[in-house]
Order: sequence, then C-alpha cells, then structure tokens
Amino acid sequence: MPQAPPDAGPDAPSTPPAPPVLEVENLSIRYGDVSALRNVSLSVHEHEIFGIIGPANSGKTSFLKTLNRMDRFESHMRVEGHIRFLGRDVRAWRNVYALRQHIGVVFPLPVGLPLSIYDNVALSPRLRGVTDRRELDVIVERCLTRAALWDEVKDRLDSLGSLLSGGQQQRLTIARALSQDPALLLLDEFSIAVDPVTTMRIEDVLKELRKEMTIIMVTNLVQQARRLADRTAFFLTGDCVEIGRTDDLFEGKVKDPRTYDYILGRFG
Amino acid sequence: MQGIMYLGGISAIIFIIGIFVFIAKEGLPFLFGAFDLKEFFTSPRWIPTSENNPTYGALALILGTASVTGMAMIVAIPFSLGAAIFIGEFATGKTRETLKILIELLAAIPSVVWGFIGLTIMNGLIIKLFNVPIGLNVLNAGIILGLMAAPIMTTIAEDSLKAVPDKYREAAEAMGATRWQTIRRVVLPAAKNGLVSAVLLGVGRGFGETMAVLMASGHSINIPHSVFDSVRALTATIAAELGETAVGSPHYGALFTLGILLFIITFLINLTADLVVRGIRKK
Ligand SMILES: Nc1ncnc2c1ncn2[C@@H]1O[C@H](COP(=O)(O)OP(=O)(O)OP(=O)(O)O)[C@@H](O)[C@H]1O
Ligand SMILES: [Mg+2]
Repeated sequence: MPQAPPDAGPDAPSTPPAPPVLEVENLSIRYGDVSALRNVSLSVHEHEIFGIIGPANSGKTSFLKTLNRMDRFESHMRVEGHIRFLGRDVRAWRNVYALRQHIGVVFPLPVGLPLSIYDNVALSPRLRGVTDRRELDVIVERCLTRAALWDEVKDRLDSLGSLLSGGQQQRLTIARALSQDPALLLLDEFSIAVDPVTTMRIEDVLKELRKEMTIIMVTNLVQQARRLADRTAFFLTGDCVEIGRTDDLFEGKVKDPRTYDYILGRFG
Repeated sequence: MQGIMYLGGISAIIFIIGIFVFIAKEGLPFLFGAFDLKEFFTSPRWIPTSENNPTYGALALILGTASVTGMAMIVAIPFSLGAAIFIGEFATGKTRETLKILIELLAAIPSVVWGFIGLTIMNGLIIKLFNVPIGLNVLNAGIILGLMAAPIMTTIAEDSLKAVPDKYREAAEAMGATRWQTIRRVVLPAAKNGLVSAVLLGVGRGFGETMAVLMASGHSINIPHSVFDSVRALTATIAAELGETAVGSPHYGALFTLGILLFIITFLINLTADLVVRGIRKK
C-alpha cells in the first residue's frame, strides 16, 4: 500500500490531487422496478475521508454495497455504470474475494461474529493464510488498540465477540476491518448503535486512520461529516445532488439550495 | 392453554418415572439375587439359559452396541453434515425442496426394511467386496444404522445452520471470505450447539435401535476385534429373548437389568448433550 504523502492533512485535496482510489461513473442501482440510485459519478482520493449524507432511502447503503460487490446478498439488485477501484473495474477483478479483502466494511448495526474476540480479529489474517500464532497475536493487539478497544477486552480475548455491548461490538468490527489492512474503509452510519463518548473516540481513531487509508463515511449526523470529512456528497432519493468541500458546504457555498437546507435541518 | 401445557409436561415426567419404576421393579429381584456386578460388566459370557450354570456377562453386548453405534457415527456424521451443508448453504429452490423431501422419505423407512437390506444386499456385498465368510457384522449393522440415523441428524444439523443469521455470512463475505471459508470459519462454529445435539441424537438412536441391528449384526456374542466380527446388541438381546423367558425368572430379571443399563446410558447421553450445549452457551 502506498505511503501517505507528507502533506495529507484535512486540506490536502486542494494541493496536487492524489490519484483517485475510487472512480465511479454513471452508477445506477435498481431493485427490480425501484430505482435506488441514478447516474452518480464521483471520485475519492487517497487518504481522503469522503462523507456521504442524505435522508433515509437516498441510496447511501446501496451505493456502498456495490463498491465491494456485496450485491450477492440482494438477489434482484441491478447495477449499471462503472466503478474503478485502484484503477481497475470492480467487475473485472479476477476474484471478488481478493477485491473485498482490500475494502473494509463497517455496517450500521455492529455484527460481532459468534467467535471469540480474538478469532473475530484474526479471521481476516487467517483467510490470507497467516497461521503463526505470534504474528496473529501482534495483529490482533494492534487492530484492537487502534480501534480503541484493547484495554477493555485484553483480559477476555477468549469470550464471544457477539456478547460485547453494542458500542464495543462496533469497535470490534472496526478492528476486524482494520485487520484486513484495507486500502479503502467503508463506514455505514457506524455510530447508530454507539454512545456519544465512544463515537468521539472512534472519530479520533478515524482521523488517525486516514493517514494510512481512504475512508468513505456514510453518516446520518451532518455534524459528524463536518468534523471528519474532507469532501461531502449529498444524496437525495437516489440522486447525488451535490459534491463539495465540506467546509464550503457548511458555510453555505452550495450549488443546490437543498443541500444547505438539509445541512441546517430544514428538511422534509 | 397454559394448563394443557402444564399437564403435558407433568404427564411426560410421570410416564418416564413410571417406565423407570416398572423396569427397575422387574429387574430388582435379579439385581439382589443372581446378579454379580463384576461378572455383568467384565464377562463376555451371556449364557442365561444354561441348565446348571447360567452366567450373565453383558460385556460383549455392551461392546456390541457400542461398536455398531461407533461405526454408525463414522458413516452418519460426514454424511449428514455434508448433506446439511449442501442443503442449507448451497442448494436453492427446487433442488433444496427435493432433497429435503428425499431426506424425510429416508427417515420414514421402517427399521425392519433397513434390517432386510442389511440381511440381503449388504450381506452379499460385504462378502464379495472384502472376501469374508459372513457379511452380517459390525460394518453391516453400522452402515445400516448410520443410514437410518443420518436423516434425522441431517434435519437437525440443517436447522441449526439455518438458525445462523445471514448477517454473519454477509459480514464474513464482506471481509473477502469465500462461501466455503465462511461456512468453515463462521457458520459451523456458530452452529456447533445444534450440530453437537444432532450427533448425540444420532448416538441415542444407535443405542436404541433394535430390529435393524438384530438383523444386520449377525446377533452372535463376540467381543469385536474388527468390523468384520459379528456382534450382538443390548436391544437385540432383549427383543430376541424376552418372549421366551418365564416371568420372574433370573433370565427375565437379567433382561430387565439390560433395560436399566440402556436407560442409564441413554440418560447419560442426553445429560451430556445438555451439558455440552450449556457449556458452549455459557462461553
Ligand atoms: N434489498 C432491497 N430490496 C428492494 N429495495 C431495496 C433494498 N434495499 C434498499 N432498497 C430500496 O432502495 C432505496 C435506497 O435504499 P438504501 O438502503 O440504499 O438507502 P439509505 O440511504 O441507506 O437509507 P438509510 O439512511 O435509511 O439507511 C430505498 O428506496 C429502498 O427501499
Ligand atoms: Mg443505509
């Protein structure tokens, strides 16, 4: 994975643009007759936190699902358009499993697998073929530490991950995603089941992570986008209404007045 | 409604206690008479009909039942687990429904029919394939019993796979696990309670099955040294001999003692199942 350029800070996108990690062109998603997303084009740059905001049913989750080709679980999902990840069309990847290993996903409701905490985090390295116990130990400790969970669970790594509290499980899924060593991290409303203090801790973690990876963060809290995202896209009932620098959007420098209305909570 | 359920629960308990009391009562005179604990568990000599020196060694019968059941599990565990994984995780639509119906049909075959298959087809097959003098043995009875136990084991195993929520599969696949890796590393561990109870249920079936084992095992008293030895099972002994004993005779009592033994073994299997499942849950 390429190293972070030295100037990758919140203002990086205005300086010479890094090569896009993700390029989406004319993406449309349908479920049978229901259109979930129409003609979305955007690109996400290396070490960027890209926020996506929008009310319910605007197509945010559907968008994320197409990126790592999780459409298998949605039998009648139809996807049109092009998605290039690391320069390659996601549909042209030799095997979809390798693609998914490069993309970490955190779901809205945390899914602690019914395995021990240790095995939750060691799963992905094991899938990659890591068997050495010490190597796994190191990975597990590092990922749990970075997900701000290590101190709480280090004495009970053998207990079931699915028995942790909601907030802990969410950090466990973040640790699990990190154990994939992903180039791109997708977060779907990660704070929905997490208390505000933990949310802040995770946000701090994300700010650190952006040095190593690119993050796309769907959030229903516009202030969260403001705190974290370099750029933000506003989705509304399947249309990408606007993409802009987060600072600009929150200052009211918008192309479409609906964006600012949504940001100010004057909506619907 | 609650009353009916309460009544059902109570009567089930009363029935079980009643059965146990009955078996114990018939067995007790023998237990306090001709019964010799050491002989019962260590002697392979089961000669209850001897005129002057009847012996009641159940070792060969216990080992007969155990070996046939063990053989049955060697057959049934891979078979039922494989079938459950295929039906639960891979098959869809028509294939799935057809397979499920087929498995249910298999479960409905009466045990005497299975015994007949063992006695005729399997017997000849084993003699021919392995060049042994007699094909009624541990292997034959084990395979027959394994096939008999497999459907119910498959059904329970499949149910426990189905009980694993899809979100786990989705999460694992989102990390790049293949279907098979997902099953092996996430679904099977998550379903292990149900899988363990499926196996224990199969074991219980093995201990309790009578007719098919009677027909396919050769029904001769032997300490088995290989799968080609004929054996005699506890259940088969009771079934074959009870009709020919005088009520209240030592032989009659001895058969009921075998019944008590079976009862205790079955009880222990269920208890283990319970403890295992509970132990896993606690963790
Ligand atoms: N599995 C599905 N089958 C059919 N329609 C679906 C499915 N999933 C989503 N949709 C539809 O697609 C549209 C977009 O849904 P999506 O879940 O992507 O929205 P979202 O922006 O993530 O909403 P939320 O903020 O509530 O999570 C909605 O109209 C929804 O009803
Ligand atoms: Mg959503």
